Amino acid sequence: MAEQWGIVAEFANPARLLDAAHALRKEGYTKFETWSPFPIHGMDDAMGLPLSRVPWIVLAGGIIGFATGLILQWWSGAIAYPLVIGGKPLFAWEFAVPVTFELSILLGSFGAVFGMFFLNGMPRPFHPLDRVKAFRRVTDDAFFLSIETADPKFDLGSATALLERLGGKDITEVEA
Amino acid sequence: MSAQAAPDTVFPPPLVQGGRDFHSVTETICGIVEAPPTKKWFISWAFALVWLSILGLSIAWLFWEGVGVWGNNNPAGWGWPIVNFVFWVGIGHAGTLISAVLFLFRQRWRTAINRFAEAMTIFAVVCAGTFPGIHVGRIWAAYWMFPLPNQHGLWPNFRSPLLWDVFAVSTYFTVSLLFWYVGLVPDLATVRDRAKTKLRYFAYGAFALGWRGANRHWQNYERAYLILAGVATPLVLSVHTIVSFDFAVAIIPGWHTTIFPPYFVAGAIFSGFAMVLTLAIPCRTIYGLEDFITVRHVENMNKIILTTGSMVGYAYAMEFFIAWYSGSVYESFAFVNRAFGPYWWAYFIMVSCNVITPQLFWFKKIRTSIKWAFVLSIFVNIGMWFERFVITMSLHRDFMPSSWDYFTPTVIDGLMLVGSFGLFFSLFLLFLKFLPAVAISEVKGVMPQADPHWEGYHDHHGDPAKEAGHG
Repeated sequence: MAEQWGIVAEFANPARLLDAAHALRKEGYTKFETWSPFPIHGMDDAMGLPLSRVPWIVLAGGIIGFATGLILQWWSGAIAYPLVIGGKPLFAWEFAVPVTFELSILLGSFGAVFGMFFLNGMPRPFHPLDRVKAFRRVTDDAFFLSIETADPKFDLGSATALLERLGGKDITEVEA
Repeated sequence: MSAQAAPDTVFPPPLVQGGRDFHSVTETICGIVEAPPTKKWFISWAFALVWLSILGLSIAWLFWEGVGVWGNNNPAGWGWPIVNFVFWVGIGHAGTLISAVLFLFRQRWRTAINRFAEAMTIFAVVCAGTFPGIHVGRIWAAYWMFPLPNQHGLWPNFRSPLLWDVFAVSTYFTVSLLFWYVGLVPDLATVRDRAKTKLRYFAYGAFALGWRGANRHWQNYERAYLILAGVATPLVLSVHTIVSFDFAVAIIPGWHTTIFPPYFVAGAIFSGFAMVLTLAIPCRTIYGLEDFITVRHVENMNKIILTTGSMVGYAYAMEFFIAWYSGSVYESFAFVNRAFGPYWWAYFIMVSCNVITPQLFWFKKIRTSIKWAFVLSIFVNIGMWFERFVITMSLHRDFMPSSWDYFTPTVIDGLMLVGSFGLFFSLFLLFLKFLPAVAISEVKGVMPQADPHWEGYHDHHGDPAKEAGHG
């Protein structure tokens, strides 16, 4: 028998999915995930997720952008090729503001987008759930909840029974 | 009955009309992408491509012959290329404003139009970026604009607003593209999951990056989107501010004013929203998006046009007042010359289209009329092009009457302006055909059914999980 990844169940609507996530967390499951066509308000709390780490990556990007902007303008104008323009000092922070600002925004945005992809483990061409044909509707109008076998509390019988009790339909075992 | 009528006046109409469920939203929007291109689409695209080719040929001729093919002269060293640049970059501002600023203000009606507006932004900035790029004269040295190590060991002059502009516009383009792409990822996954052909599955799948709607992913996604909105908001304000510095840091009378940054930003929002309307109104009819882009959306945009149009009108008046109040003869002359000099007709078009006609939006009948909105949006587009022309033409009569001259555009100038619309529309039509034109996942998110506490899910006021289990 092939190794199992976990089980997946379909739920009728966001309300059922939210309640199910709440119940699973209460039961002590940790390696479960909800899947939906749009973010569901309150789901992060229901699943007990810690805060996203994206902001820290953005902050790092912003600081790198800020430093790059300042150092680039100071080094190129005052060190690499000192050029007196209009008798003005070789470097002053005032004229450096626009470029520094734009570079902070640029690298901060890179942090937001690529940091988000990195934290989400994207790109991810294959996922065990791709084997479940009905799961394709998750980007349309279907709501799913999955529990991984890697969850310390996982037991096929009790997990299936719990999902059934919570209103899960078409409970399917998924190969890894 | 009166008790029932009251909430309707308090709460605005639903954002998505026609009593739709999630699946029908997917069907309508993905249906546009999945249906084969129509004859009309091919004809429009071919027409746009013809003008794109004309732009390409004009640029080739410019490179071959030099900037003398334009009407630019001395003293009007900045002619239509700069006018076109500012015109297009201004249009590009509505996209990020709708995506970022309205997002931060929780204006949920934006979901229907943000994809559109962001696409418009990106293509408008492509058009805008073309003009300074080809305006450098010695095109083989265009890379000197960027701080790249070169054979002379020279670096750009970071004191120049023109260089700030390079950074502002390229940052704006990149961030807008990222914003647009991040928004597209879940919708590309939707198209992937519905794909009936292998090609479509892999083409959209590659760009969807394996998005499957996991809540842990949505959490990071929403956080990243919020932060992008937060950083894009000062960015959008900074870009047109820096564009205005191109003028305001110069000492030309009529340019060297502190009102320029806010005045340019208001004008950019004004022209951008007008262009969104110009594009959205035909599209909603052609592609059957009336349930998503409703009269309420059009009315809201008209209100923004009215507000920013009045701000622009105020700026025109204040410029005149300050020119007189400053006591500077050059400054006063520049403005009297704008309104009553050789380019009086351009000033007249500018004021009529930007200040006078948008005031019609004070009337609710006109504000909520799709036809009026379309016609007036075209007026604004024209007016805002002329605003940039009027500003740039401050050059034609500067300090010394001995150097005054009259600027006349050439045929190449005209072909390039129309050709830039060809570039814009060939990209925009590709977008309409191949990408979801409305943000599917966001629209679903603002429907009442998306709220887990929607009353339809809690008929019996009991614990729904238990009820479902027993049922």
